[in-house]
Amino acid sequence: MRFTLNIWRQNGPNENGRFISYEAYDVSPRMSFLEMLDGVNQGLVANGEEPVAFEHDCREGICGSCSLVIDGIPHGPDRGITTCQLYMRRFPDGAIITIEPWRAAAFPIVKDLVVDRSALDRVMQAGGYVSVNTGGAVDGNALLIGKDQAETAMDAASCIGCGACVAACKNASAMLFVAAKVSHLALLPQGKPERTGRVTAMIEAMDREGFGSCGNQYECEAVCPKRISVRFIATLNREYRRAGIVESALPNASESPHAESV
Amino acid sequence: MITKLDSKIPSGPLESKWDRHRFSERLVSPNNKRKLTVIVVGTGLAGASAASTLGQLGYQVECFCFHDSPRRAHSIAAQGGINAAKNYQDDGDSVGRLFYDTIKGGDFRSREANVYRLAQISGQIIDQCVALGIPFAREYGGQLANRSFGGVQVSRTFYCRGQTGQQLLLGAYSALCWQIERGQVTMRPRTEMLDLIVVDGQARGIVVRDLVTGRISIHTAHVVVLATGGYSNVYYLSTNASGSNVTATYRAWKQGAAFANPCFTQIHPTAIPPSDAYQAKLTLMSESLRNDGRLWVPKMLGDIRAPRDISEGERDYFLERRYPRFGNLAPRDIASRAVKAVCDEGRGVGPNGHGVYLDFAGVVEQQGLDVVSERYGNLFEMYHRITGEDAYHAPMRIYPAPHYTMGGLWVDYNLMSTIPGLFVIGEANFADHGANRLGASSLMQGLGDGYFILPYTIGHYLATAKLPPVTEDHAEAREAHHRVLNRMARLLAAKGRRTAASFHRKLGSLLWNYCGMSRNETGLKLALSSIPTLREEFWRDVVVPGTGDSFNQELEYAGRVADYLEFAELLCHDAWHRQESCGAHFREEYQTGDGEPKRDDARFSHVAAWEYREGASPILHKEPLAFEFVQPTTRSYQ
Repeated sequence: MRFTLNIWRQNGPNENGRFISYEAYDVSPRMSFLEMLDGVNQGLVANGEEPVAFEHDCREGICGSCSLVIDGIPHGPDRGITTCQLYMRRFPDGAIITIEPWRAAAFPIVKDLVVDRSALDRVMQAGGYVSVNTGGAVDGNALLIGKDQAETAMDAASCIGCGACVAACKNASAMLFVAAKVSHLALLPQGKPERTGRVTAMIEAMDREGFGSCGNQYECEAVCPKRISVRFIATLNREYRRAGIVESALPNASESPHAESV
Repeated sequence: MITKLDSKIPSGPLESKWDRHRFSERLVSPNNKRKLTVIVVGTGLAGASAASTLGQLGYQVECFCFHDSPRRAHSIAAQGGINAAKNYQDDGDSVGRLFYDTIKGGDFRSREANVYRLAQISGQIIDQCVALGIPFAREYGGQLANRSFGGVQVSRTFYCRGQTGQQLLLGAYSALCWQIERGQVTMRPRTEMLDLIVVDGQARGIVVRDLVTGRISIHTAHVVVLATGGYSNVYYLSTNASGSNVTATYRAWKQGAAFANPCFTQIHPTAIPPSDAYQAKLTLMSESLRNDGRLWVPKMLGDIRAPRDISEGERDYFLERRYPRFGNLAPRDIASRAVKAVCDEGRGVGPNGHGVYLDFAGVVEQQGLDVVSERYGNLFEMYHRITGEDAYHAPMRIYPAPHYTMGGLWVDYNLMSTIPGLFVIGEANFADHGANRLGASSLMQGLGDGYFILPYTIGHYLATAKLPPVTEDHAEAREAHHRVLNRMARLLAAKGRRTAASFHRKLGSLLWNYCGMSRNETGLKLALSSIPTLREEFWRDVVVPGTGDSFNQELEYAGRVADYLEFAELLCHDAWHRQESCGAHFREEYQTGDGEPKRDDARFSHVAAWEYREGASPILHKEPLAFEFVQPTTRSYQ
């Protein structure tokens, strides 16, 4: 197979970028999309030219590194997969394919197709955890958790932090990402003590990082490689509303982001 | 110079070694912890759990990873589960049994004291993970669920669907996030360690490259912890992530840390077979598939009929035939070799004959498509996506793939290497799995090292060692900085015609053929003579475009390949020296008439720890393995 690739190339965050066209020859339908790009890069390197920078690591859909907008859709045309799980048999021979980076104000471009997603880490640092010390935990079976509840928590927890939800949203909102973490921990008894402070702190961090608001278009769910449901955004809104009520009842809640709920 | 390997294993009864050792260790007072700095390199299960726990204890931690976020470390890809001797199923499990299964699974090439300690703390690991909010699979009544894995006869594996590694890593990452927020841990993502700074015999810092700006900088500390994972990617094709590499541990080796048992490399039996030369990675199909799938090949040589046209009588269910007691759930090393054996006979299936069938027709017929789909649906979907084939109606084709490395930097009972102040945890050390790791044990070891072992032992070192101040201007730090700069310059200066990947691929196929699933004297000698030639070609003919002072992925990669080209030689030296077959290391000269490995306890019941010498072959030091509590037996699963 053979393809024409229009790839976004940009040297750094403050430089102008542009599309450059490359030909991919001798592509096998059994190649993954990233293996096809490897092939193009090998050709460039052998000629002493700089290869196209793109992120990848596990190449099995779990690390969340890969991040390409393919023909306008984050992670490409198929649902429920990451870019590294996309295979060339999905494309007609001779197709012209456009490849862009995640585009969002909160994700500045590092180089070519690589963006800086550390904003997501900072949102996590604001409260996406249970503050328990190592050691001294009670027996794993001491608190029983119903199977359905555990499964729903797992649905939310399966987020890989790739940022496709942000890239797909016209507001570049990170609501699905934040919703997944807030819901995961709100559903489990271990997350309850910090439930109130967590949602407030994470929402504030999300706004601070320059992510937009949710416009209820559900593009995020459509491109999520782990098929995380927008129902969790409803949970997030409910948790946030609840926190507002609970916090106003607590005298010093705003001073302590991890205050215990009542 | 390494004079003697002192494992520092406490004396006395096995059951109380760790308790007594912890009591005899010195402590650092809370006020003094604040003044002590710890460098942690790597943020997988071991690194993230260690960095967060040390931060929580009050140390000032500086943590490094080459990924854009600590959450992307390769621990995230572990599928199956994590073992613990909880005996929640009341099926006869105990600390003693987990200990024995692990020692036997490792073919009696690991330390009793280390393995026993790991089994002892396994339950605490689960409790800690639950407390962090990890959504383990549950039964309807709300209790934790378990499943079984290869090489054992109890159900002790805790899991989160097929994403256990992801959930455990995100748990450790969240604990790390908390400590970053508290200011106890300074996180430095996209920063790669390129050398170790040793001052007066003590590890006191590292030299790193900022992968975005290309800036090379010196970071000093009172103690350094490496949690940088394994080196399966030396084979080019493996189940590891593309970024996983040997550079950190290899550079530490060149500064004097002994490297132990590098030839113990685990080849996982069930991966999707390689298809073409462009392939960049092998995808694992979870070991759990062997609970229901049956492995077979045609009895007849060169039988190219479709699998469904080959009748029962014409099929060879080779694992069930050779190992009736464990059948398709034989341990990984044994299953992999059996697959290789039938393929070598010419009975392999698929293109190149590199494959065997993993057949679910029986279980589909007995229990229905729905049951199979519920149990393995995501794996069948993954298989379909990659191969375009439907495993519900035709058997899967699978082939072994490099997966995990039991070898690593030598550490004593305190997880300290032969360089005082250099601690090594997780897959990066050699400690607990002997010559073969059992499924679902790597997660246990990574978290055990990071949450529960290192935080104790590092305190004793810091409380007792004399640690004068070391700054960036110290001569040794400058020297290490120069080494890194010179190497970068050398890589960028080589304006040849071939890509780093082409050398990596060549090295990988050399190792796979001569130091892979089975090894022999002739092959190893050939590999040992070919590697230096390949290395010379690399430095003469490699091309690395771009500059050093910018984001340059090709430069990062070429540096890692250059280290593989040196490290591969050490791996072959070790395989050559170990003239016995044990666990994953199979020397063709040492086998029984029916192809079973012959271990040689009289000559090789030791850890082989190699010391670096510049411009010469490495020196071998032996740590004898004493078995006081179990009797090494022939490891039989027949």
